[in-house]
Amino acid sequence: MESGTWKVKTGLAQMLKGGVIMDVVSAEHAKIAQEAGACAVMALERVPADIRAAGGVARMADPTVIEAIMKTVSIPMMAKCRIGHFVEAQALEALGVDYIDESEVLTPADEAHHIWKHDFKVPFVCGCRNLGEALRRLGEGASMIRTKGEAGTGNIVEAVRHMRAVMDSTRRLVNTPEEELMAQAKEMGAPFELVKEIHETGKLPVVNFAAGGVATPADAALMMQLGADGVFVGSGIFKSNNPEARAKAIVKATTHYKEPEIIAEVSKNLGEAMPGLDIKQIPTEELLASRGW
Amino acid sequence: MRIGVLAAQGAFAEHIAILNKLEVEAPPVRLPSELKGVDGLIIPGGESTSISQLMLAYDLASKIRNLAKNGLPIFGTCAGMILLAKEILDSKVEPLGLMDIVVRRNAFGRQVDSFETELAIPVLGEKPFPGVFIRAPIIKQANSNVEILARLNNSTIVAARQGKLLAAAFHPELTSDLRFHKHFLNIVTEGSKFGL
Repeated sequence: MESGTWKVKTGLAQMLKGGVIMDVVSAEHAKIAQEAGACAVMALERVPADIRAAGGVARMADPTVIEAIMKTVSIPMMAKCRIGHFVEAQALEALGVDYIDESEVLTPADEAHHIWKHDFKVPFVCGCRNLGEALRRLGEGASMIRTKGEAGTGNIVEAVRHMRAVMDSTRRLVNTPEEELMAQAKEMGAPFELVKEIHETGKLPVVNFAAGGVATPADAALMMQLGADGVFVGSGIFKSNNPEARAKAIVKATTHYKEPEIIAEVSKNLGEAMPGLDIKQIPTEELLASRGW
Repeated sequence: MRIGVLAAQGAFAEHIAILNKLEVEAPPVRLPSELKGVDGLIIPGGESTSISQLMLAYDLASKIRNLAKNGLPIFGTCAGMILLAKEILDSKVEPLGLMDIVVRRNAFGRQVDSFETELAIPVLGEKPFPGVFIRAPIIKQANSNVEILARLNNSTIVAARQGKLLAAAFHPELTSDLRFHKHFLNIVTEGSKFGL
């Protein structure tokens, strides 16, 4: 009997596919998420929109809150640690969380190095803006990827940009002749073996969710049609004025992403979405997606 | 042959890939109309709470129950097994209630306790089967009309069959061993041979 294997780490992500992972800051939020049909919850101290507003250093959530959420819901529980903060990750593993998100939404602890994730039994999900970044994280041991988008904005534009970038590079690698793969690996800053694998299989070897800016059922379905395996919704649910209804609607839109009638139907009477931010109005140093490399 | 794969949420693409490898048509099923003309159904692993809500939302659950009562063969893995059960311990999830088994969700603990092990499954032959258990459930009790197909360490029940219903607590769809799926396809063919 062997635990913490690559198959069980990537396998849990495969079980989450077609689902919605919701950011929660309390046990009450987690209960709402579970009842709405979330396939997992992500625990953090504040939702990204509040982190953005509060400024200062954002860290791993309080273990008391994490434990309260774990006791309240039976679906998988994820929690965020700071980029490079392997001790926060060790603490989260000790608490028994099911997945760790090494996340740019929190203030990075190390600007040069991400966590060496192979050392852990608990699986990791990491953000990326393009295929090269995704493959670097896989090289470090991530067993699930999400595109970063721009968290806490309620604006889908960056999520679309990042998903299109990953898909576009994947398609290009498939058509790249073998003798050019090494130059591609150099240019992308990605491990050669993984570049070669994408060339051969035409897809990432792990599940890839969309994140950062999903605020409506149509946003979720858009990301699914662009090729996401599922979606993370951060501030989009609990910063809207009817979280229960919006959560349920986003779950349905993610499953039925190819059915315009259903998306139109579930989008009715949801009340106001979270207030959105224009990415161009955000000072460059406040962009979260550029944290990590 | 046409085997529908419930695609509300979870690892449905993996089942579809295996069925395609066995040259079986495998349409994803998200709405009741998509069950039309299927000879069998697979309910994949995923989150049972999530899948169950999505099945209730568009009346898929009652349609599946009716088809099962009329003899539709169904194979459930992990969350799929949970949903086939008559009773789920400590859970508000409403199962389909088709198999006379009582299941416990997350019976081994959290994700760090997920594991791989080799399983003896006599109906699949002598070679052990690769068991991939991810936040896996177990069968806590089974009625006498339920055939036990596999146990862990000769006690905990992790696979069973009742008539044309087949259940596994683990994930054959995450392995390259096709025997469990072939076994299900045999159940489907047996049924049609006797005109059931």
